[in-house]
Amino acid sequence: MEAVVFVFSLLDCCALIFLSVYFIITLSDLECDYINARSCCSKLNKWIIPELIGHTLVTLLMLVSLHWFIFLLNLPVATWNIYRFIMVPSGNMGVFDPTEIHNRGQLKSHMKEAMIKLGFHLLCFFMYLYSMILALIND
Amino acid sequence: MSAPAGSPQRAASARMQPRLGGAAASGAAAGPGPAPRQQNGPAQNQMQIPSGYGVYPQNYSAPSGHCFQGPGKMTSLPLDDQCGDYYSGLYAVPTQNVVTPKTTNQQAGAQQIYGRAPPAPHNVGSTPEYFQGAASSASHLYTSASQPYSSLVNHYSGPAMYSANSSAVSQGFPSTCGHYAVSTVSNAVYPSVSYPSLPAGEPYGQQMFTSQNASTVRPVRDNSFSSQNTALSHPSPLPPPPSQQYHQQQSLSGYSTPSWSASGPPSTQDNLVRNHTGSLTPANNNPTNTVADSLSCPVTQNVQPPKSSPVVSTVVSGASSARLPPTANHLVEPVASVTQPSELLQQKGMQYGEYVNNQASSAPTPLSSTSDDEEEEEEDEEAGIDSSSTTSSASPLPNSYDALEGGGYPDMLSSSASSPAPDPAPEPDPTPAPVPTAPQPSKVAKPFGYGYPTLQPGYQNTAAPLHPGGQPCSPAYSGFQQYTQQYPGMNQLSSSLGGLSLQSSIQPESLRPVNLTQERNILPVTPILAPIPNLNLDLKKLNCSPDSFRCTLTNIPQTQALLTKAKLPLGLLLHPFRDLTQLPVITSNTIVRCRSCRTYINPFVSFIDQRRWKCNLCYRVNDVPEEFMYNPLTRSYGEPHKRPEVQNSTVEFIASSDYMLRPPQPAVYLFVLDVSHNAVEAGYLTILCQSLLENLDKLPGDSRTRIGFVTFDSTIHFYNLQEGLSQPQMLIVSDIDDVFLPTPDSLLVNLHESKELIKDLLNALPNMFTNTRETHSALGPALQAAFKLMSPTGGRVSVFQTQLPSLGAGLLQSREDPNQRSSTKVVQHLGPATDFYKKLALDCSGQQTAVDLFLLSSQYSDLSSLACMSKYSAGCIYYYPSFHSTHNPSQAEKLQKELKRYLTRKIGFEAVMRIRCTKGLSMHTFHGNFFVRSTDLLSLANINPDAGFAVQLSIEESLTDTSLVCFQTALLYTSSKGERRIRVHTLCLPVVSSLADVYAGVDVQAAICLLANMAVDRSISTSLSDARDALVNAVVDSLSAYSSTVSNLQHSVLIAPSSLKLFPLYVLALLKQKAFRTGTSTRLDDRVYAMCQIKCQPLVHLMKMIHPNLYRIDRLIDEGAIHVNDRVVPQPPLQKLSAEKLTREGAFLMDCGCVFYIWVGKSCDNNFIEDVLGCPNFASIPQKMTHLPELDTLSSERTRSFITWLRDCRPLSPVLHVVKDESPAKTEFFQHLIEDRTEAAFSYYEFLLHIQQQICK
Repeated sequence: MEAVVFVFSLLDCCALIFLSVYFIITLSDLECDYINARSCCSKLNKWIIPELIGHTLVTLLMLVSLHWFIFLLNLPVATWNIYRFIMVPSGNMGVFDPTEIHNRGQLKSHMKEAMIKLGFHLLCFFMYLYSMILALIND
Repeated sequence: MSAPAGSPQRAASARMQPRLGGAAASGAAAGPGPAPRQQNGPAQNQMQIPSGYGVYPQNYSAPSGHCFQGPGKMTSLPLDDQCGDYYSGLYAVPTQNVVTPKTTNQQAGAQQIYGRAPPAPHNVGSTPEYFQGAASSASHLYTSASQPYSSLVNHYSGPAMYSANSSAVSQGFPSTCGHYAVSTVSNAVYPSVSYPSLPAGEPYGQQMFTSQNASTVRPVRDNSFSSQNTALSHPSPLPPPPSQQYHQQQSLSGYSTPSWSASGPPSTQDNLVRNHTGSLTPANNNPTNTVADSLSCPVTQNVQPPKSSPVVSTVVSGASSARLPPTANHLVEPVASVTQPSELLQQKGMQYGEYVNNQASSAPTPLSSTSDDEEEEEEDEEAGIDSSSTTSSASPLPNSYDALEGGGYPDMLSSSASSPAPDPAPEPDPTPAPVPTAPQPSKVAKPFGYGYPTLQPGYQNTAAPLHPGGQPCSPAYSGFQQYTQQYPGMNQLSSSLGGLSLQSSIQPESLRPVNLTQERNILPVTPILAPIPNLNLDLKKLNCSPDSFRCTLTNIPQTQALLTKAKLPLGLLLHPFRDLTQLPVITSNTIVRCRSCRTYINPFVSFIDQRRWKCNLCYRVNDVPEEFMYNPLTRSYGEPHKRPEVQNSTVEFIASSDYMLRPPQPAVYLFVLDVSHNAVEAGYLTILCQSLLENLDKLPGDSRTRIGFVTFDSTIHFYNLQEGLSQPQMLIVSDIDDVFLPTPDSLLVNLHESKELIKDLLNALPNMFTNTRETHSALGPALQAAFKLMSPTGGRVSVFQTQLPSLGAGLLQSREDPNQRSSTKVVQHLGPATDFYKKLALDCSGQQTAVDLFLLSSQYSDLSSLACMSKYSAGCIYYYPSFHSTHNPSQAEKLQKELKRYLTRKIGFEAVMRIRCTKGLSMHTFHGNFFVRSTDLLSLANINPDAGFAVQLSIEESLTDTSLVCFQTALLYTSSKGERRIRVHTLCLPVVSSLADVYAGVDVQAAICLLANMAVDRSISTSLSDARDALVNAVVDSLSAYSSTVSNLQHSVLIAPSSLKLFPLYVLALLKQKAFRTGTSTRLDDRVYAMCQIKCQPLVHLMKMIHPNLYRIDRLIDEGAIHVNDRVVPQPPLQKLSAEKLTREGAFLMDCGCVFYIWVGKSCDNNFIEDVLGCPNFASIPQKMTHLPELDTLSSERTRSFITWLRDCRPLSPVLHVVKDESPAKTEFFQHLIEDRTEAAFSYYEFLLHIQQQICK
């Protein structure tokens, strides 16, 4: 059972890693002027909810399966995702707003955020991998 | 169209067009020439479109063989006319009358910046003195106010001053007729203005010093020269050898007088600076020095002649102290208090060293290599033309391109209109005093009695006027008495050099510490001028006009750390599409740009040799294309540095097809009109249709201009105006969920072909819906329809809306809680409620369509949501609260006037603006109405002359290896005539390494406007109270940073550098502004509108909105008046915005930018009421009076000419309200008195105390 949990987490984590990489690539495209803000933001906003769901799911799964340490590790990031999603002002077009992304260094902070998430997901990936192998051996 | 102006891929876009070469080669010269020539170019360009369109440019530099042809052909063309025109056009001066004060002002300002902060009083003051009459003792009165520093200086710079003045007088300039004595003005002004900077010394004196002396020398004939010298012998620290001096005199007097006259700035300074640059030749080695000395001290000439030149060549780095002017050095050196002569010499040498170095790095060979004589001749030639062209009459501000084509020197001279500069009139005047001082020391000593230490602290004895004798300004400039008392008289002052070093703590005027809590009249009595960057004369004269381009810090800090330490905002304020009277238009096959960063060639690039130039933004070395070698201005070959592009920092290029992604679009106007019951009730349709009918022929455009109308209530009505119909056909679409265009082709019709139908429609429209019962408004669907209609071409959509949209997409709910209007806590709903309008705006922007919103509503209409449609599509927003055509005539009048301006003003379509800056700086936040398409590219579907922008900057890399930074905005747009044009502004600023210099260069108005923009962002993204706190913190931080780092005075008092002395006042004004005020009942829409205005108004207008100007107008006198178009315009002094200044016996005019109030006191002089207002007595003045009657009395004439002059200074003619004392309307007036206390906000003094408290914490 535990192995199944971690296999699922591992797959989910892979997806999240890819998503982070996609975010980074798209944002750096915008930075280098290869795409315009409008299309960049609409591309990225599409993936905000999948990311949110994917990560919340793993977090809840860890809670349910009583892996406290991993749950607590995931909790802040999950909270941040939800917070960010909820706090989008009503007039904005999503977490990424084309009219504001070039202002006040938003682009940079988005980039930084994506980088941190990538690192976090990589860390989780190895933890899940380790836990999965451990669980498989224990079985 | 993606970034045609600048994306790197387009790097090669300036390619030569061989086919264009022959015919349009003439265009190189034709720029500002006569119209027919002008139109040639563009026409050609258009024809090129098919071929050039979409083709990637091949190569930047064309084969030389071909290039050779270019100029060859050019010369074969009948160029004479063109060039003639070019000359006169380029340097034409609009009106003598206006220009005279103007130019001098500018000049004066340019120098004056070095010395001290309150630029306005000094330089402006100096003008009238000479302007009106050198001997007018009246202005001496004023001068006393500003004396403290200058008097100190007298004893060393006195002689120079004196000679200048006396020369002017002795030459018999008819100084009384101001507009006539052009050359007098310029002569006189230079020395006198720059003069106060001497004591201030420090890093600022040097160039100014030069100019001062130079200008002094020039008019002086040899005789007078020597006589003066003997009369005023003065022990100079470093006189040059006689031979040198002689040479210098020679070269200087070689300049012809005309070159100093009228348009002095373009040509004459050039000469001077050339001399500087020519520093390699021994004779010119030390122009400053020589000139100065030759003037002031022939006796002690031989002190250390050789010293300076070796130092010049060796010392290059030059710390800031090294920039000290030679004389000032002794006195002023703030830190070192060096008295040892040798050291002084060293420093002095360094100073020149650096100067030379600057020159060398910025403009090396071409300028300095050419021999002086040669250049002088050219200069003279130009100058001669200058002066002759000054006789041409004033050209009223043209809206059409044709009128603009006559190129010219950017626009220093242009509008007295928009610049705060123009009036030179009643002013504390530094100059006159020094003049008499030399011979009569006693006179000078007097004014110093006004230093504040002897006074009661201003705020404690509130009502009592501090200074008898009608010197309202004196305390503000009284400065530090201790200094003045040290050297009360001329004798003492001139006694010894040794004594000079005592004054080691004197700082440049802009750094002069001002004790804010004790300085009672902080506001100068004339409009505040923008500080002029501390550049050498050459660059200063070329620099972009502050009206178009301003930076919050005119001295750019070297590192981000320094900027952070200064706690001041760094940013640019732009007004790129301003109406200009003089604009060089360049038609050239090759638009010369840097190959790596795509910067347009500008006056601040350096020519390494004849064939190569070095980009001033990225430092890449580029080739000069062959065509550029030919100079249409002088009709000579091989002088690329004389091309108009390199002589003007504001130029306009006619772009070739490389700058087009599609053929230039025609002007397309679509009007989307609300015709619901509410709208019909308000009655705006009549006014709109009337205005349109009147201005139909004046709509900017060519033969392709198209126009269309859409009306909407709960359905959408289209109007088929296709040519051939007998009458307009109305097509109703009631399916608002899925809007479609009934007949897509015939809804936007050619204005000229269907003019009759359009007129029919406009005549019928006001009455078509009179009986409508439809109350709903389907704005969203109507906008979608408009977008569909416009998307094939792009253009301008004007939306008239009178209520909350209540149907279909984009419907809005009322969000305002009227009970919260005066809440001091939270102000909600400043942001948009839906993203519908933002999305729509971005769609529109992508299709080059701008949406302008006219909101005429009586109740809440959620402007914050609706405004998005204009904000992001580069439109503009007009708001008329409680509009009603009959019940609210003043709003109706306002609409009428603004519509007139709106319909007829210039317009640019499918525009993009790119802002570039020197490597190391980067832009991070933009303010204004536009969509930021990529990091530095603003997409502007439309650009109008009333749009302002702001940019925040940060310093990414240290700027240690450069002494200058440049900013360039390039605005690429399609004119209404279907030409693709690029307007380029370039601003150059010095880099400084010390905190004191950063403070010395603060442009407080620009800073406040940038802060206002930032505060708007903050209040929308977080909360209003946050933004208010941030504003207060901005003052607290910067002042405490100043007092802890720069000022060495005790910390218990609130000290600000003179450059920042108005900062707290302006911030307080912002806090009391509609946008940010709390506690006073403010409707949400009013607040949001004020925020929108802050975001998109250019600086000049925004400043009036933030801090209105108050004048007393019941006693207007002609003294200090300026002459505009043969009209005498009195220049009353500015009053501070406090009820304390209002007397019941007076009448006051408040200029709030978009509205004028005339407040009439209860016991106002009956003469005024009769003569100006045309009423027998106070009681009979009507409650709602919006016009001054045209009475044939002197005071009426004066008042009206003053008001007309103020009106002419701005694009919108403001509505005038006459407010009686004790009438209910007076609250409108009194809410602008920001220095007074209100129930919810601090008075100015309380605010200062609050700040002081915060600092001490």
